[in-house]
Amino acid sequence: MAFIELTRVVKNYEKGSEVVHVLQDLNLTLHEGDFLALMGPSGSGKSTLLNLIGGIDQPTAGNVSVDGANLGNMSGSQLAKWRSATIGFVFQFYNLLPFLTAERNVELPLLLTNLRGSQRKENALTALRTVSLEDRAKHKPGELSGGQQQRVAIARAIVADPKILVCDEPTGDLDRQSAQEILALLETLNDRFGKTIIMVTHDPLAAEHAKTVLHLDKGVLVESEQAEVSA
Amino acid sequence: MTSVGFVWKNLYRKKTRTFLTFFCLFIAFLLYVALGSIAVVFSIDTVSGELGANRLQTSAKYSMIDDIPKRYVDEISQLDGVELVTHMSWFGGYYQEPSNMLVTFPVNPSTFFRVYPEYEISDEHLSAFIETRRGMVAPLSIVEQYQWNVGDIVPIGSQIYPQKDGNYTWEFELVGYYVPEQEGQTAVLLQYDYFDEANAFGPGSVGWLAIQITDPQLGPEIAQKIDSMYINSSDPVRTATESEANRQFLAQYGNITLMMSGILIAVFFTILLVCANTMAQAFRERIAELGVLKTIGFNDYKLGLWMLSEAILLSVLPAIFGVIIGMGLLVGVGSSGAAAMFLPTPPMSVVFSTAISSLALAGALGVLVGAIPALTTTRMSIVDAMHA
Ligand SMILES: Nc1ncnc2c1ncn2[C@@H]1O[C@H](COP(=O)(O)OP(=O)(O)O)[C@@H](O)[C@H]1O
Ligand SMILES: [Mg+2]
Repeated sequence: MAFIELTRVVKNYEKGSEVVHVLQDLNLTLHEGDFLALMGPSGSGKSTLLNLIGGIDQPTAGNVSVDGANLGNMSGSQLAKWRSATIGFVFQFYNLLPFLTAERNVELPLLLTNLRGSQRKENALTALRTVSLEDRAKHKPGELSGGQQQRVAIARAIVADPKILVCDEPTGDLDRQSAQEILALLETLNDRFGKTIIMVTHDPLAAEHAKTVLHLDKGVLVESEQAEVSA
Repeated sequence: MTSVGFVWKNLYRKKTRTFLTFFCLFIAFLLYVALGSIAVVFSIDTVSGELGANRLQTSAKYSMIDDIPKRYVDEISQLDGVELVTHMSWFGGYYQEPSNMLVTFPVNPSTFFRVYPEYEISDEHLSAFIETRRGMVAPLSIVEQYQWNVGDIVPIGSQIYPQKDGNYTWEFELVGYYVPEQEGQTAVLLQYDYFDEANAFGPGSVGWLAIQITDPQLGPEIAQKIDSMYINSSDPVRTATESEANRQFLAQYGNITLMMSGILIAVFFTILLVCANTMAQAFRERIAELGVLKTIGFNDYKLGLWMLSEAILLSVLPAIFGVIIGMGLLVGVGSSGAAAMFLPTPPMSVVFSTAISSLALAGALGVLVGAIPALTTTRMSIVDAMHA
């Protein structure tokens, strides 16, 4: 079985009496260590697809299997536990907790583990070192630039050492320079640390950092012509 | 950082808002304990308890401040069902400074302690009091407070009675002390006979009578008989059971106090509503954040529990402070004799039960305020939360 496999996935949202058909009969296969850039017009269902893979939403029909787990069969609590161990999330607007320092934000996912306090702290600092922000450990998000906040968010995403990173427009709110830093960081995480990355982006330059590029349009996936598809 | 630390940091994030909420609730519960305890005194007979059941109190009909003739003591003593009559007067006493107010009564030493057996005095001190012309006894607590010694000549000022020479400062000899059964009963007792002959207003008057009757059942009947005896005299009286008399006395202040209680209770509930609203608003601002925590893998129920415990913490903690300070105030008022005359001092048992009920109320408030955020937190889907 493939590392990530979506089979005949349908996702509808009910808005009042109206049903919004977002994903229709979608199939997707990804291998471990892949770096997928998911592109497409806004409203095409990219985030929805990402949420299904990340286990924070469930399909209306079809099957989502990630790293051997069939997400459709899992309860909310099981999914939460599974997410904390398997997936790291990076959002467009960083979504750090404003009242916690960078270090504490990064430590947050480790509260769900059995690690001791000192070990949690050490791991958080290691993650911050990985994103080159060790010297900002005691700063609160408000005292950091957008790019720095996103790096803290990435540190938070990797601190529990998940196999998969799910990034929804991680550079969407950043200037070019900061965006490049984030993309380089993601590439390193993919290359050197073997993280499987699924990244939604509008930016063709960002997509260039990925190994695979797919376009989502009207709920259907189309392989990009320029992309070099990994085996 | 631990989970508990996380909840703490959350409370601390908007310092001003948390502080204000905390402070409001603190004040609200302080009021609640203080007024709740006093309101209980108004509604039930906690002042004299069982001992008061066989005592009647007779005072001037139209104003408790008026005196009544001393001869009533003997006349009433003759009535059937009356065991013993003693009398007291309101001396308006203080020690050294008018601010050191003392509840001071000139009394008849030989009958007073028989009518009030709950004031325990040794035979030796009692006979010294009976025999000493300018004798005085005080509660042990006051003797210790002012570091008096038996045998001391103690100057006692009066706000009301000058001596014949116009001097408002009297001198009495401390011949003993007594121990009241209940805290808060802190009257300094003076030899009436000396007071009676030496005060500038002339002899023959007493403030009010305490009448011990043989059977509590006879109380209303005897009271009516006494009142009708003097109804056409120049000094008509009003007689009631001791607890009833206490209530009537309190009622003079009670109308004002009750009105104040009403206003303050309205304030109390307004404060609760405002706090509840603030806490609910604080929750709405955090929905997206809770979505992030859920995404990271925090369990729905655990997060719900966090929200609930946060609300409970935020309401119970200030309540604990409010209750402690409120109780402290009541005890403080109770131990200063001056205020005790004007404010009913609730017994500790009442204060404690009010304290317990305030904490229960605070807990209930926390649950009430926290329940909806907790349920919403548990139920909301991440996708919805992140869109909020
Ligand atoms: N929670 C939701 N409830 C109802 N409709 C939703 C919800 N989330 C997304 N949608 C709808 O689904 C479609 C795809 O949304 P989304 O996956 O966020 O698109 P994208 O990320 O590609 O911009 C949009 O039309 C959007 O309005
Ligand atoms: Mg999107």
